[in-house]
Amino acid sequence: MSYIFTVSPDFSPEHISGWYIFNTWLQKQTGLPIHLSMHNNFQSQRTAIQNDGIDLIYANPYDAAMLVREKVFRPLTKPQGLSDEAVIAVSAGSPFLDIADLQAGIKVATTEAPDVNMIGMIMLEPADLNAATIELQTFDSYVLIAKHLLRGDSDVGFFLAKAFDDLSAPIKNQLRILTRSQISVIHHSLMLGPKLAGQHDIIRSQLIGMKSDEKGRDVLANLGFTGWDKVDDEEMEFMIDLMNTLIV
Amino acid sequence: MIQDMKPENIVGEYQETTLNLYGGFSRKIYYSGLETPYPDGKLIVSTTDPDGIITHVNQAFVDMSGYSEDELIGAPHSILRHPDMPPAAFKELWDTVQKGGKWQGFVKNLRKDGGYYWVKATVIPNIRNGKIVGYTSVRRKPSKTKIDECIKLYPTLF
Repeated sequence: MSYIFTVSPDFSPEHISGWYIFNTWLQKQTGLPIHLSMHNNFQSQRTAIQNDGIDLIYANPYDAAMLVREKVFRPLTKPQGLSDEAVIAVSAGSPFLDIADLQAGIKVATTEAPDVNMIGMIMLEPADLNAATIELQTFDSYVLIAKHLLRGDSDVGFFLAKAFDDLSAPIKNQLRILTRSQISVIHHSLMLGPKLAGQHDIIRSQLIGMKSDEKGRDVLANLGFTGWDKVDDEEMEFMIDLMNTLIV
Repeated sequence: MIQDMKPENIVGEYQETTLNLYGGFSRKIYYSGLETPYPDGKLIVSTTDPDGIITHVNQAFVDMSGYSEDELIGAPHSILRHPDMPPAAFKELWDTVQKGGKWQGFVKNLRKDGGYYWVKATVIPNIRNGKIVGYTSVRRKPSKTKIDECIKLYPTLF
């Protein structure tokens, strides 16, 4: 019997090989037959979770409540120093200078990432905008959002802040940030399902120890991480409660 | 326990009044007409115990309220209560969350320096093993239209 590991579909494309390397590292460290299964979108991943087909997940915070409260997952770790923040950006020549300038009917370019969309929509509220008063355009990547902003096909774009920061300089220089969230307490987490519950403490200590050896640091670097921090059950409950206050 | 406000902390011209707060407290407060705008992109986060005593605040809470973290932890959440807020709003809040529900509304909060700031607040109970062990409150930037509506509505609710 093998255990299925999956990664939130909003992972950065340049880190896909990093997740396979991480899975190999996990197999060696734990001695468990862990198989990495990637999903192309959140819907297909959620279906797999609902069918009890996932045992370990690098989860989007939006899915944490369902994983903990419906599927008895427990948190292991979060990437050190990385929280989920969003940026709302426009093209450099846009007439919009402030969130308050945005009007009903604007075209908002976004990806499927549910946490970024949630934070983005919250940051539009001060302009009296909501899902019913904007036109949402969903794209497969943040680069495509940038392209549509530059072409004038979209008025504003929602970006994961890190993805915005990682855009190439020529693209970024043609964009302008209207606002950037500073929430700090919403983050992706590695979470363990009930079939692996007995391995929780061992796997967590292996993850936290990763940054202490050279091989572990290499594996982390391939994910764009510097280490893992422990997430205890109450910290996860706190984040779930906080997400519940934000989800309309 | 909650202390009266101190005139020496107040910035600008002010008025004074005494508020009767949840839990049988009363507090002398001083308040001015100075508004602190809510910053873009930030959330104010706090948790309380089941009696509304603050157990956790984030930096945005400290920055916007003007109180230090030490002054806030252990104080009742009503330390932020502004006299322009109708008591009925807070009764509805408590009635909702004590039944396990989510409350959302627009609130004018009082700063330590007597000024104020408007927020869109959401409060939910923290339920652990089926029991309410506290409450989480998250505040975000409100829309000006909604605030203008509240400025007209709230005086009619006293």
